[in-house]
Amino acid sequence: MVKVNGADLDLAGKTVSAYLETTDYDPRRIAVERNGDIVLKSQYDVTVLEDGDRLEIVSFVGGG
Amino acid sequence: MIQNDKLIIGGHEFNSRFILGSGKYSMKLIEAAIKDAGAEIITLAVRRANTKEQENILDYIPEGVTLLPNTSGARNAEEAVRIARLARELGCGNFVKVEIMRDTKYLLPDNQETVKATEILAKEGFVVMPYMYPDLNAARDMVNAGAATIMPLASPIGSNKGLATKEFIQILIDEIDLPIIVDAGIGRPSQACEAMEMGAAAIMANTALATAGNLPLMASAFRQAIEAGRKAYLSGLGRVLTRGASASDPLTGFLRD
Repeated sequence: MVKVNGADLDLAGKTVSAYLETTDYDPRRIAVERNGDIVLKSQYDVTVLEDGDRLEIVSFVGGG
Repeated sequence: MIQNDKLIIGGHEFNSRFILGSGKYSMKLIEAAIKDAGAEIITLAVRRANTKEQENILDYIPEGVTLLPNTSGARNAEEAVRIARLARELGCGNFVKVEIMRDTKYLLPDNQETVKATEILAKEGFVVMPYMYPDLNAARDMVNAGAATIMPLASPIGSNKGLATKEFIQILIDEIDLPIIVDAGIGRPSQACEAMEMGAAAIMANTALATAGNLPLMASAFRQAIEAGRKAYLSGLGRVLTRGASASDPLTGFLRD
């Protein structure tokens, strides 16, 4: 399982782009972190998720 | 003098001295708030993205406005550094307001962790604007760590209580050779004006506007107050008598005797 923003998902073996394509995220508006390190947009296609990975997918919201 | 009076942060020049927050109000009000505030910098937060979100705050911010992501939610330097890197990866420049809170009741910033995060992020090329509790020693450490400005709080964040830390902010203004931007707690235009009269370089406000009756109108009031305070500071305030009085009228030619 891969933890994505705190939720367990069955994504082991898929690339970051393959996962993002199944979601409604706007790729221009998100940043992705895998196990604490940024995944550059250019690496989405070649980054294969492994069992136990933790993904954080973030965007900007209003704040002070 | 006023025409060439720029706010310079990390080598970038700004005409406006009002940094606007974007929290706790509708995205649809952002454009009007920026326009009426005359703001050139707006703060943002980074949070887990919502897959169902149909619109993004960036769609509401006009071109040319500098984005200042904060590291809110960070409880230590490591978390702040992570959030700052993610913010930069979101592709909107290299400004960051370091905001680290360990205390959940008063939401006071942790100066020590903020110094650590400032040092790491400045080395990575960020323009680091640390939010801090106004303490001269911590501010000096932040300067040495590579901060671009110092952002002391006026009173607890979101409280609208005004310049509770006035004397200590004045010490920072007098002793620190970087722009001092008063952040957090400013609740009224008059308080913003007072901070600017003291020599603050800029004011950051969010809750004062978000909780006002008419947000764009309050943004405009803050803008004028900040400009008035800046002009008063540049002009040099008139002296205060320690005792007695001093007439403004001639002391001769009275219609008597």
